Amino acid sequence: MSDGTAPIKIETRNLDFYYGTTRALKNVSIGCAANRVTAIIGPSGCGKSTFIRTLNRMNDVIPGTRIEGRILLDGKDIHDPDVDVVELRRRVGMVFQKPNPFPKSIFDNVAYGLRINGMRDPRKLEEVVEKSLQGAALWEEVKDRLEANAFALSGGQQQRLCIARALAVEPEVILFDEPCSAIDPIATAKIEDLIHALKKRYTVVIVTHNMQQAARVSDFTAFMMLGELIEFDVTGKIFTNPASKLTEDYITGRFG
Amino acid sequence: MRQATQKKIAQGVGFFALRACLYIVLAVLLLLLYDIGKKGGGAISWEFLSQAPRKGMTEGGIFPAIFGTLLVTLITAILAVPLGMCAAIYLNEYAIQGRLTRLIRLSIRNLSGVPSIVYGLFGVILFVNIMRFGTSVLSAGLTLGLMTLPWTITASEEALKTVPNSYREGALALGATKWQSIRTNVLPYAVPGMLTGTVLGLARAAGETAPILFTGAAFFLPYLPKSLGDQFMALPYHLYIMATQHHQIQQVRPIAYGTALVLIALVLGLNMTAVVIRFRLRRKRR
Repeated sequence: MSDGTAPIKIETRNLDFYYGTTRALKNVSIGCAANRVTAIIGPSGCGKSTFIRTLNRMNDVIPGTRIEGRILLDGKDIHDPDVDVVELRRRVGMVFQKPNPFPKSIFDNVAYGLRINGMRDPRKLEEVVEKSLQGAALWEEVKDRLEANAFALSGGQQQRLCIARALAVEPEVILFDEPCSAIDPIATAKIEDLIHALKKRYTVVIVTHNMQQAARVSDFTAFMMLGELIEFDVTGKIFTNPASKLTEDYITGRFG
Repeated sequence: MRQATQKKIAQGVGFFALRACLYIVLAVLLLLLYDIGKKGGGAISWEFLSQAPRKGMTEGGIFPAIFGTLLVTLITAILAVPLGMCAAIYLNEYAIQGRLTRLIRLSIRNLSGVPSIVYGLFGVILFVNIMRFGTSVLSAGLTLGLMTLPWTITASEEALKTVPNSYREGALALGATKWQSIRTNVLPYAVPGMLTGTVLGLARAAGETAPILFTGAAFFLPYLPKSLGDQFMALPYHLYIMATQHHQIQQVRPIAYGTALVLIALVLGLNMTAVVIRFRLRRKRR
């Protein structure tokens, strides 16, 4: 979906996804506009996490899964044989539900993606690490203890560290898979502010089961249920004047 | 009120029973160590550790047996450590999990339960006869290596399993290849556990008699093995001879106990090494 000014950055077309014989996504077509935040909401088990994980092919690592339909990044199908999945994941970064810092220092966490891509120059590394931590609004809190273990940070800080780590490899799209479900409200507010700032430079897709969060941070909202896309529209419209009765029931809290 | 008292009593009895189990195990272990220490301690001297047996093994030391055990354990390690670790990495990280991997795992577990004498016979057939290594320290080491492999693989896989999946996914999501994610984000956290399990397996191999009985261990050798094709003396086999086969059993009893003490010390030393490695690697990570 686009508001007319922003081009579509990444989109799915008639996407079906199977875990073995279970069909987890049914004919889902969602287009995410560049420099906008697209939120995916829906009750537990509706397929929203499955959906977002198809966008950087993270489901590839789960045995017995199968995908049908197309996923286009800048108009190019990410399942084409000439697409390198490693390069795809560098371009489409991901922040997971539970903060998952590596048991390394704060610095090494942020530098991880750069180092595996072959960057060795210490001065350049320092520069990117600082920039990424600033981008994740964490720099001021950690600049004096970059060598401390990442596990020493609070949950909210750990999640921002994971965002910084994703920013460091300069992705084009950032996927957030329920990034605030494991952290407290104040930390959540910081991350929401951050997501708001990030869309200036990145295309953002966020899965959340918190409807207020979707309303606060996103430009477009897709509502999913039982693997199907029920409604996809401008966020304001979804929350004030939804077209579908199901959407209305969900956002008014009648189920979910 | 009455119920609360009952619950307290039940808890007290439970704790007591558990603690008693621990103390019984400890007591047996300490008694064993004490007995061997008391009877074998007198035999230990520099001469005992550094000289070869003399006068029909009624005098002298056990140096060839110590040397032989160390050498054969080294060969065991060279076979079992890399092979076991790599097999575990493949099985846990790369292989598509399904019926086949479950069957393989089951077979490996079963192999670790096969009596060691069976490994000994298998070693005779494969290494001594078919591969023509003869009865030698090489054949014995390889046989022990085979016996240790199931342990190494299982322990290494358990260690790999303790690394949270989020480390792997986190690395992949940053554009790491599978091997990069394993090398930089899985192995560093699994290696201490892998090494511990492996060293424990080696310690067990060092104390085995049956697998080396037909494959390379010698009753008595006045010299050290000069090549991998030579036979060797080993502590467990030497102990077996001194305890049951010697023609002057009463006279050599102190030597037997001394040998047992050295063997236990060696195994204990190996196990301590495992603890130290683990501790060092853990601290380095912090």
